[in-house]
Amino acid sequence: MNIVSQAVAGTLESNDVLVQVGPSPGGIQLEVDSIVLNQFEDQIRQAVLDTARELGVQSARIALNDRGALECTIKARVETALRRAGEVSP
Amino acid sequence: MSKLVHALKDALVSAGLRDGMTISFHHHLRNGDQVLNQVLAQAAALGVRDLTVEASSLFDVHLPLLDHIRAGVVTGLNCNYMSGGIGRAISHGVLAKPVRFRSHGGRPDAIDSGRVVIDIAFVAAPAADPMGNANGVMGPGACGSLGYAMPDARHARKTVIVTDHLVPYPLIPASIPEDEVDYVVLVDSIGDPKGIVSGTTRITRDPVGLAIARYAAQVIEHSGLLQDGFSFQTGAGGASLAVTQYLKPIMKRLGVTGSFGLGGITGYLVEMLEEGYFTSLLDVQCFDLRAVQSIRDNPRHCEISASRYASPGVRSAAVNSLDAVVLGATEIDTQFNVNVHTDSNGLILGGSGGHSDAAAGARLTMIVAPLFRARLPIIVDRVLCTSTPGSTVDVLVTQKGVAVNPRRAQLRDRLRQGGLPVYEIEELKRAAQALTGVPRVVRPQGRVVAEVEYRDRSLLDTIRGVTGK
Repeated sequence: MNIVSQAVAGTLESNDVLVQVGPSPGGIQLEVDSIVLNQFEDQIRQAVLDTARELGVQSARIALNDRGALECTIKARVETALRRAGEVSP
Repeated sequence: MSKLVHALKDALVSAGLRDGMTISFHHHLRNGDQVLNQVLAQAAALGVRDLTVEASSLFDVHLPLLDHIRAGVVTGLNCNYMSGGIGRAISHGVLAKPVRFRSHGGRPDAIDSGRVVIDIAFVAAPAADPMGNANGVMGPGACGSLGYAMPDARHARKTVIVTDHLVPYPLIPASIPEDEVDYVVLVDSIGDPKGIVSGTTRITRDPVGLAIARYAAQVIEHSGLLQDGFSFQTGAGGASLAVTQYLKPIMKRLGVTGSFGLGGITGYLVEMLEEGYFTSLLDVQCFDLRAVQSIRDNPRHCEISASRYASPGVRSAAVNSLDAVVLGATEIDTQFNVNVHTDSNGLILGGSGGHSDAAAGARLTMIVAPLFRARLPIIVDRVLCTSTPGSTVDVLVTQKGVAVNPRRAQLRDRLRQGGLPVYEIEELKRAAQALTGVPRVVRPQGRVVAEVEYRDRSLLDTIRGVTGK
């Protein structure tokens, strides 16, 4: 999937995550801000990268503002944002 | 003779405020209090330095205290609780000398026994007369009980009443009696009523909190303690408060009349008093307007001092007659030790208050907490700070079920027979981590910024500083 526009998903409520995505010149550019960064930074990054790979996204800018979302929530929010910003190549 | 002085500054001078003194404050005006800020501003203006502030609790309204610390006006701090804004600065090292945390019972013990000597006690009084008789139930800043100020007024070398509602002599009732008072100051305002008491304290609507509260009420039902004469304390936090809502129909069904409700008192306990579920309330602090009205108007709603509430050094304290207490936690470990001093990064955002006192006194100590908050599991291998020892904690109640301290095997059997979902605490820990993942453990590595003194006067734990954000 190619990321062709800007899109967001999620909220800044506690236990949720706000995901903003947009096109990137190359590769996945990932920015993570989280209230549980000290405890879960590696798991959060891995969840985002796994989701992008499963969707076949090779280049995108992805920014997370995480309010303590569970992994299932992070994956769902990232997938939604990527689908909103992407087009499936013909 | 006259005890009236015209300005706060004059009271400080008359009471002999000097470098190095210990001055005390109480926290019934909570986040509306202006007296601590006014006193420290005047002390700074007088050029006084090196003061130790002995406060029962500190709130974010007291953030100006940090400037007085940076300026060297205040160099020592003792308290039972501090809110997150003050706590963060302490965790980041604003104060060179470690804060000494005590509990609501340990503090009056330290004062009554003379281990802590207060040079000047400042009592924020919602109503007072010119001789210093003072109470908390009249005037624009009415806050209800003045229980935490009582040991201070009794033992301080000098006691100053600060009021914004001066009435003719003699004020009745007098929570602080004139024989303990040296000076009386009339100020424009002792605080903002909106910050002093919340209009109403509201029960949580969070379904997780309600599920926890329902289980907690069932634990009480099946504990064997719910008989005539039952006594009860709960915090004002969301889930703790909701326990009363579920306990009431159980008491009604069983036809049980309780003896007393204890502690910080809310409208919910007042309602239970008025409806006959309890025959009395023992009140060291009022949390809402309904409690303030009740302590003023209902003779069965009794003001008590901090010493009588929870001190381990008195002949008897009310916590020792307590059947069940419901308390919160930011962390609890698999040995049932509870942390209410820091968050999961080790930043200070609380304190014992009466937590460890009620836990030590009550026959049944319940900790109510969700399995996780914002992805952070509440059950950990070892708490970042021990606020209340696990040996005084009996049951952890979560939304999934309860864990009983292995020391209480008989209680565990009773709860199982009552149909409660009983787990090992390790099982609940793993259930939470199955949802959250396993967190990296963060332990602050800075210098010691605070010491936690247990109610038996021993050093229970120390809190290290946090570097970074």
